[in-house]
Amino acid sequence: MSIERVFAAEYGRAVAVLVRVFGDIDIAEEAVQEAFATAVRKWPETGTPPSPAGWIITTARNAAVDRLRRESARQDKHAQAALLRAEDEPVEEGPVRDDRLRLIFTCCHPALAPAARVALTLRLLGGLATPEIARAFLVPEKTMAQRIVRAKAKIRDAGIPYRVPRDADLPDRLRAVLAVLYLIFTEGHTASSGDALVRDDLCAEAIRLGRVLAELMPDEPEVWGLLALMLLVHSRRDARTTASGDLVLLADQDRSRWDAALVAEGQAIVRRCLGWRRPGPYQIQAAINAVHSDPPTDWGQIVQLYDQLLHFTPTPVVALHRAVAVTEVSGPSAALKIVDELDLPSYHVFHVVRADLLRRLGRTEEAADAYRRAAELTDNATEKAFLRRQRESVELKHPKE
Amino acid sequence: MKNYLLSVYQPDGPTPAPDVLGPIVEALGALNAEMKAAGAWVFDGGLFPPETATVVKVKDGEVGMTDGPYVEGKEHLGGFTIVRAPDLDAALEWGRKLAAATTLPIEVRPFR
Repeated sequence: MSIERVFAAEYGRAVAVLVRVFGDIDIAEEAVQEAFATAVRKWPETGTPPSPAGWIITTARNAAVDRLRRESARQDKHAQAALLRAEDEPVEEGPVRDDRLRLIFTCCHPALAPAARVALTLRLLGGLATPEIARAFLVPEKTMAQRIVRAKAKIRDAGIPYRVPRDADLPDRLRAVLAVLYLIFTEGHTASSGDALVRDDLCAEAIRLGRVLAELMPDEPEVWGLLALMLLVHSRRDARTTASGDLVLLADQDRSRWDAALVAEGQAIVRRCLGWRRPGPYQIQAAINAVHSDPPTDWGQIVQLYDQLLHFTPTPVVALHRAVAVTEVSGPSAALKIVDELDLPSYHVFHVVRADLLRRLGRTEEAADAYRRAAELTDNATEKAFLRRQRESVELKHPKE
Repeated sequence: MKNYLLSVYQPDGPTPAPDVLGPIVEALGALNAEMKAAGAWVFDGGLFPPETATVVKVKDGEVGMTDGPYVEGKEHLGGFTIVRAPDLDAALEWGRKLAAATTLPIEVRPFR
């Protein structure tokens, strides 16, 4: 196994173990990075050890202990305290849970700002470097570095606990964790700005973390629902754009370019979720995507699923997506009636949907206006180009067709 | 164990009528008793309105005083409670109870 693969697979686990042992995120991170640096030097000569993860954790642990000994010799009280904990490692109390799970809940604590939760999760569990995270979220590197430093300081100074919350608090806290993973995924799926439509590495990272979470919390249907949702959406990544990078709508996609393995995995999870009969918003969205992955789309079923989703998340955005499905079942004028009652003036998708309905109804001038408004509201270059072409195509047509 | 300051922020203006204030005072009393029973209570106190505040400053060895609070705003610090808690989650749980009792926003902050 290459060091890169070991890094991607084991970085988060190693940091999580070291945080538990030393009770300090910075010490854990530095020690794990040092261990990987040592691996880069040694493994080419000695060969990859039989248990790369074990090697990394042991090496990192020794590096941290060495460092703390050096620092405690300089009368550093903080380091002495941490060393004490390292030598007197407490036995695992209560049900044994994976260290990564505790670290995910720590990173996604509601006392941290949402942007900091995302950054910390990517950094500590995904092993992404600060400049990479800054690039992915289009903020200056300095801003991202400050965000991470401040979040780590708050965890330490305010005493944010390193543990999975009690059962009573779990649903609320799990929601925050799932929201962070989905945010990482959606940022990768449709970058809020920039030239490329998809940032594959972010999607892949969100899915990898989703798999970790599902492995750690196998009895939570919503965790599986989110994983299935991400797999099904990601399966269509290659078909979403043309060779020249233009956007292709779901109905026009070349299905042979969908990733069949991801579709099959996602659909199997959705079927398993149905058996649990504990529906939630991620499971329902996964089910909607499962229906879409099984053409021809059963639009009646999609409308029903959106009715269920509205029950959980009664937001205008969900109502808007439901209206798109209503178009296929009851026609564009029924859908437009729903859309025109929604208050989403600054959401570009609202104008895209409205434009499409107006176009279908032959109201081309209004459709062109709506496409123009939509294009103004997105910063993604690929989407902008797509919307401009749509506008031009309705403007070319005779106003009354 | 850490100490946390739970600050009560209240809007400027007159004291609420007794029928509004009565249940709040009662709920606060019950919460303080609960904190003491749990060993979490360190100290608590309510403050007179911000008009009663005086700010003292020393500049070039000269002591200056100004009437009124240091920060003028639409809300002011109305009172506070100090609790001992093992971690932020435990402190936030007291904060949640204090917010429910006072019907006001509570800032939870660790002591250094």
